[in-house]
Amino acid sequence: MKAHLRTMTVLVLLLSLAACKKEQVRDTEVTPEPTPEPVTQPDTNRLDPRDYSDARNLDNPDSLLSQRVILFDFDRSEIRAEYRALVAAHASYAAANPTARIMLEGHADERGTREYNLGLGERRGNAVGNAMSAQGARGNQLDVVSFGEERPVCTTSDEGCWQRNRRVEIVYTAR
Amino acid sequence: MKYKQKIVLAMLCLVSAGQALAQLEIEIVKSEVDALPIAVVPFAWNASQPPPAVAVDEVISADLYRSGLFAPLARRDMIEQPTAPVDVRFGTWRLLNTDALVIGQIDDDGDSAYRASFWLFDVNTGEQLLALQESIGVDNLRFGAHRIADRIYEALTGTPGAFATRIAFVIQTQLADRQSYELVVADADGYNQTSLVTDGQPLMSPAWSPDGRQLAYVSFARGNSTIILQDVYTGANRIIASFKGINGAPAFSPDGRRLALTLSRTGNPEVFLYDLQSGEFTQLTRHWAIDTEPVWTPDGRDILFTSDRGGKPQIYSIPAAGGEVERITFRGEINAAADISPDGQLLATAFAIDNVYKIAIHDRKNEQLRVLSDGILDESPSFAPNGSMLLYAAKEQGQGVLYAVSADGNVRQKLVTSAGDVREPVWSPFDQQ
Repeated sequence: MKAHLRTMTVLVLLLSLAACKKEQVRDTEVTPEPTPEPVTQPDTNRLDPRDYSDARNLDNPDSLLSQRVILFDFDRSEIRAEYRALVAAHASYAAANPTARIMLEGHADERGTREYNLGLGERRGNAVGNAMSAQGARGNQLDVVSFGEERPVCTTSDEGCWQRNRRVEIVYTAR
Repeated sequence: MKYKQKIVLAMLCLVSAGQALAQLEIEIVKSEVDALPIAVVPFAWNASQPPPAVAVDEVISADLYRSGLFAPLARRDMIEQPTAPVDVRFGTWRLLNTDALVIGQIDDDGDSAYRASFWLFDVNTGEQLLALQESIGVDNLRFGAHRIADRIYEALTGTPGAFATRIAFVIQTQLADRQSYELVVADADGYNQTSLVTDGQPLMSPAWSPDGRQLAYVSFARGNSTIILQDVYTGANRIIASFKGINGAPAFSPDGRRLALTLSRTGNPEVFLYDLQSGEFTQLTRHWAIDTEPVWTPDGRDILFTSDRGGKPQIYSIPAAGGEVERITFRGEINAAADISPDGQLLATAFAIDNVYKIAIHDRKNEQLRVLSDGILDESPSFAPNGSMLLYAAKEQGQGVLYAVSADGNVRQKLVTSAGDVREPVWSPFDQQ
């Protein structure tokens, strides 16, 4: 009985290992290919939300370009994975529209001293600016201003509100 | 202990006495305070103008009380109310367990001033410690009372009082359609507020010049942070720094000739010195970290500043002439926004463990640490010019409020200010007049 149980355990272990392996393989298979950009037809009526060179997408709720806020972890300035596509979209827009000008407004939550948070907000603005530069935006298109914790979007002292305040806002000063 | 309860009752009586005082909140943190029992008897009012709503003796008592060093007797317990030395019977005051006694009179001093005559006695020896006259402008009676409190404080403690000083702070108010930011100057107890700057964009980081005549501060009126220097009396102002990046955290040198400040024009925040005469900037720190919130040691030799070069913000020191950076604070996860006591021995910081911010005092000699506040987001500590008390900002129900706390942490008072989100209090130097 005991030996039988041991065999079972080994079997289960092997099976689960196999499952892991299989899953990994499947993962690789499923990795999204960069979706081929649909050939843009000179059809002015149909707006492709993934055409990040089109200024109309800045106001198109279906397009990433309409999203202008990047949130950060506490006391951090790294761009989270979930915001990379958003940053890349705006970088593409800037690259395709050389006259576009962008102000990156860095903000912090209320924790930490005010002048330190001014520094932290600038770090966040710079992180977004550097990422956009690396993806084609020109230096003269980007400006960073930090407001530290001085311009919160909400003022309750809880994580929900703090998270909304730890942000960079992408502001187009010229489209 | 019973005695202390009496003080609280006494203060409650004081609070109900005048409408203005009704807003005064004083809290005894530790009841075993070794405070000196004192009686400030209502002054005789002989002037031709009607007496003020809050009497001079009440202002003096409130000042002495919130220093943490005195326990004023309630008016209703004063079974005698002498106003001239000949009327004082020391036996009565000994029976009331009072150690010090203040009496006085207010007379006209010409058309536009009062003459306050006051006496201070040691009740146990019967000795007269002070017999003084102060001329007080008719519009300045409350500040005059603070000056009298200063004299009494100095006679009894040996340290100059700091009641007749001012404070500056920032108030943010939500109006119907926009935010309003004000840079405000008030008496040290929060009364007599006057607005120095009003703007729709954030104002930050006020700093007094050593002569108390100027304030440096950060304005966002131009879109980006800008350091402005403004005359407190005339309102005349000029731009000190408006570079690309951060222009922040101004702090006057003790001789008033230079400002330490933070600029990020080199790419990230560094501490610079600015010569007010030559207009020259000198970079002091060079590090990829955030270096900011500079403050001068009283001898003007060193600059202490906040840096996260070690991972989290802590206080570091660098000679004002440039040189090696040395870490100063080691207790607590975070120490930031330091202020140094006038004798250079104590360092007050916004001190955080697990992101709960309190005000702490670090003794630079024996490395002892004392936590002075009990909030969760306390910041901006600022020493009184005599080192006896500190101001700081706290957050209550989403609103900023100001507190004054005795340097020993025993007595804490919420300041009376106008409504709004109040923050960044800074205590002025001594009155220069």
